[in-house]
Amino acid sequence: MYTQALDAKTEQGAQPSPRLVTEQEAALQSRFQERVDAEEKIEPRDWMPEGYRRTLVRQISQHAHSEIVGMLPEGNWITRAPTLRRKVALLAKVQDEGGHGLYLYSAAETLGVSRDELIGQLLSGKAKYSSIFNYPTPTWADIGAIGWLVDGAAIMNQVPLCRCSYGPYARAMVRICREESFHQRQGYELMLALAQGTPEQKRMAQDALNRWWWPSLMMFGPSDEQSAHSAQNMAWKIKRFSNDELRQRFVDATVPQAEFLGLTIPDPELRFNAETGHYEFGAIDWTEFNEILKGNGPCNRERIEARRKAWDDGAWVREAAVAHAAKRRQRALKKAG
Amino acid sequence: MGTDLKEALFAFTLRLGDTSLVLGHRLSEWCGHAPELEEDIALTNVALDLVGHARMLLTHAGELEGKGRDEDRLAYRRDVFDYRNHLLVEQPNRDFGHTIVRQFLHDAWAVELYGRLCTSRDETLAGIAAKAVKEVRYHVRHSGDWLVRLGDGTDVSHARVADALGRLWPYTGEMVERDGAEQALVAAGIVPDPADLKAAWTARVEAVLEEATLDRPADGWMQKGGRRGEHSEHLGYLLAEMQFLPRAYPDATW
Repeated sequence: MYTQALDAKTEQGAQPSPRLVTEQEAALQSRFQERVDAEEKIEPRDWMPEGYRRTLVRQISQHAHSEIVGMLPEGNWITRAPTLRRKVALLAKVQDEGGHGLYLYSAAETLGVSRDELIGQLLSGKAKYSSIFNYPTPTWADIGAIGWLVDGAAIMNQVPLCRCSYGPYARAMVRICREESFHQRQGYELMLALAQGTPEQKRMAQDALNRWWWPSLMMFGPSDEQSAHSAQNMAWKIKRFSNDELRQRFVDATVPQAEFLGLTIPDPELRFNAETGHYEFGAIDWTEFNEILKGNGPCNRERIEARRKAWDDGAWVREAAVAHAAKRRQRALKKAG
Repeated sequence: MGTDLKEALFAFTLRLGDTSLVLGHRLSEWCGHAPELEEDIALTNVALDLVGHARMLLTHAGELEGKGRDEDRLAYRRDVFDYRNHLLVEQPNRDFGHTIVRQFLHDAWAVELYGRLCTSRDETLAGIAAKAVKEVRYHVRHSGDWLVRLGDGTDVSHARVADALGRLWPYTGEMVERDGAEQALVAAGIVPDPADLKAAWTARVEAVLEEATLDRPADGWMQKGGRRGEHSEHLGYLLAEMQFLPRAYPDATW
């Protein structure tokens, strides 16, 4: 699963502040850009502009936080999955997300920040995570809709990141994308079972589509005109396609899938344009998006509270592990001495 | 296989399947709420293995019974008094310490049981055990390592797991209880001797408790009944949650 595109104008700190650049630094920058242009991977010990590093730390850590917070809405249904096969699939999916969080935090750590520091930013509310996880999962169909739509949107965003200029991030993305596409197929298959099921199940599926459609489109981030960092991120090859391009691809891929399910996309303005070969869709309600970013989504408080509670309740466990490791070291030293 | 033996094997397999399912459910309640990310992943992974074992065991139980009940029919359409899991595994998570103590007491039993079931005369059960034992060896290492860390960690962690051990110990008698039907399975070479299992379990548990600087509780009165369908109040809530969808939409397939 994935975070929304991260280049809203409200975001701070991606651009290096204008200042005088030494000749030596200018040479490094131009060498860096040449390497990026030549599609060479930038590795942790290579020189990189401070803005590049900051942008990556922010993007990778937000992505990691999204994976971790994303475990909550789906975890909500593990104990209630309606068959053992579905339960196992959901457990495995949520476990994969934890694993994605782990590799992403590790990728961020190669840029000189610690996982504890990043988690501290999440728990204090300073760091963002994908707004999509601030929506609730009241019914079982939400599990299908998340797999199908949210993971589907994530894949659109993430596949280009496998070619991201920063090596550790690109490599983490390759593995993540493989797992995500499996999740997406599982989600769709779950929706199909509901759509072909009893009228009550079909109603459940439609209701979930109604609630997840627009938030999924918002995952691609603000439209290109509103997007602040796109040009620089494209030049650095952190980003390969614009938000609107990716959003359009997602709509084009997803509408026929909804038709196959016999479900209706909740957009009266949706229509196929035979000339362009693309679906045209209605205007996105960015007011809602911005409110959720500000913390006013249906589950913002619960999600962060759940993460904080897990962290606080686990403090004695982490302390015990540290204390035990210290005791072991001491004993080993005594033995050796 | 004679009818009596088959019935006894059904009861044994169902008990093991229910125990795996209920414990898997309890562990899955941790998902997203563990003390650190590695534990979120580890506990979910163990839950996944346990539900996997439950699927194989319940499927086998359904086949032995021969009444057309599959894994889901058995998991989702039985009430409390038809569940046969050990009382230990339905006890609530409380905190991470209780979860680890419960898990270790179970894992130490499961690893010994599955190790012996690999040579069962029932080929299906032997096959399930061969797969399960590989996973359970990892489980017992995970829960045992944590028990040592917590027992021999800080004063707070020691007190918490000591409390958990005292609370949960009375539920361990049932795991190695003998009954008449099971004796016939032992005689037929289908399941291991509970006495032998008990000795192996005890040795394993005592070794880890010692390393964890925890006192082994005295064997006082043991709580029993899970094997006969006599459960604590906790199981009903667990089943209400687990079975909600198939109960609410009885005609649906998922």
